[in-house]
Amino acid sequence: MNNPQLNDRGGLRHLLTIEGLPREILVNILDTARSFVSLSGREVKKVPLLRGKSVFNLFFEPSTRTRTTFEIAAKRLSADVINLNVQSSSQTKGETLLDTIDNLAAMHADMFVVRHSQSGAPHLIARHLTRQNVVNAGDGRHAHPTQGLLDAYTIRHHKKDFSKLSVAIVGDVLHSRVARSLIHVLNILGTPDVRAVGPRTLLPTEIERLGVRVYTDMAAGIRDCDVVVTLRLQNERMQGPLLPSPQEYFKSYGLTPERLALAKKDAIVMHPGPLNRGVEIDSAVADGPQSVILQQVTFGIAVRMAVMAILAGQGKAGAA
Amino acid sequence: MNTPLPEYPDALPEAEALFEELLRQLKPRVSHAAGMVGIVTGGAWLAERLHAALGLRAPLGVLDASFYRDDFVEKGIKPHTSPSQVPFEVQGREILLVDDILYTGRTVRAAMNELFDYGRPARIDLVVLADRGGRELPIEPVYCGGKVNVPKGAILMLERDPSNAFSLRFSAARRERKAQA
Repeated sequence: MNNPQLNDRGGLRHLLTIEGLPREILVNILDTARSFVSLSGREVKKVPLLRGKSVFNLFFEPSTRTRTTFEIAAKRLSADVINLNVQSSSQTKGETLLDTIDNLAAMHADMFVVRHSQSGAPHLIARHLTRQNVVNAGDGRHAHPTQGLLDAYTIRHHKKDFSKLSVAIVGDVLHSRVARSLIHVLNILGTPDVRAVGPRTLLPTEIERLGVRVYTDMAAGIRDCDVVVTLRLQNERMQGPLLPSPQEYFKSYGLTPERLALAKKDAIVMHPGPLNRGVEIDSAVADGPQSVILQQVTFGIAVRMAVMAILAGQGKAGAA
Repeated sequence: MNTPLPEYPDALPEAEALFEELLRQLKPRVSHAAGMVGIVTGGAWLAERLHAALGLRAPLGVLDASFYRDDFVEKGIKPHTSPSQVPFEVQGREILLVDDILYTGRTVRAAMNELFDYGRPARIDLVVLADRGGRELPIEPVYCGGKVNVPKGAILMLERDPSNAFSLRFSAARRERKAQA
């Protein structure tokens, strides 16, 4: 099957979703990121790989962390970065998505980093373009591939090997593109035990088909886990009565020190941010010794640098 | 394309003899305070042995330089880069930059650019096991184990056996070139 993310030589041309990517490409991204992590100890933290290239950060949906880390990543690669908050510009005047893209392409963009509330928008843009690379920075409920990769990087950093791990993903899996991307990464990298833990109303139907085990009981779900990933309760995406109240949710699924004690002693706690303290996670856990939440943010820069550097390096190779 | 195959020499020099010659040149002239940095992969191997033999005080550094290469646009990043590590202060220090085989000079150029992002060295001396000529940049070694005659385009590599002994050989790409011709 033709994968729109790959060029005719099997190299990565766009990063739209983790699904369907070969293991070697994921491992290569994580290995390259490791080299970028080591830059942070230097006097000059930049490398010249994307010198003279223009990266357009196209955010059709608000974001602070992801947009900022993409911006830092592009700047550390020496690219010129243009941030566009499209909500407040042409689209509100009625311009179509692809017209916006054509205009930006005419300004000699080399790469688009796209976040959009509609699943599939980055695919549409990637199909439309012939020269530029597209990175999906989160589309609707579909995918957030760089988040999945930075989660995998953080897990690998602490646990080395995926082949014996139990990973529990707790909370609002239904609305979470983070969860979907992470599940795909973990599967491709050979994680034997991936669990989705949460109330039935927040777990997608047939999620078992993604290769995860489903738990509606929090205690059973995180028992003996190596990694606990708590997801943000996405109030802005909730429609209808999926939950009685955030307080009720915390009672049953909030990650407290008592519950975390059920996981392995050396289990790490992750969260994609932003945190709802006292809703999905207790402050004592979020700020506790097992939390690697802020490390995820730092690693996120290196992982995004790796993705952009690998994509930019495929530019001419595809045409040759 | 039907380019004639280059002539390969029947015998390559003994890498261990080149190593001994290199050490003989370095020993009387190198300060124990100098910092040493090897370029992956062969240069780093060579630097490991030189560093030990010369008894340098500062720990050994390793540069990958992939992120500084000028062929990035054509070739992209090579898979499996390894993190660069320079575990000493570069600012104001005399540096021995070590590579296995000097050819176009482009790798050395990339490595020097990377090194300067750690600080401003007082001096950089280039140390190579073998010089095969074919320079495309004004870069020359200060210490060199010896010259080798190798046809343009051939891929010459340093190898190391389990006892850390060195040898020179042509890469498998030579066979591919033959098959194409």
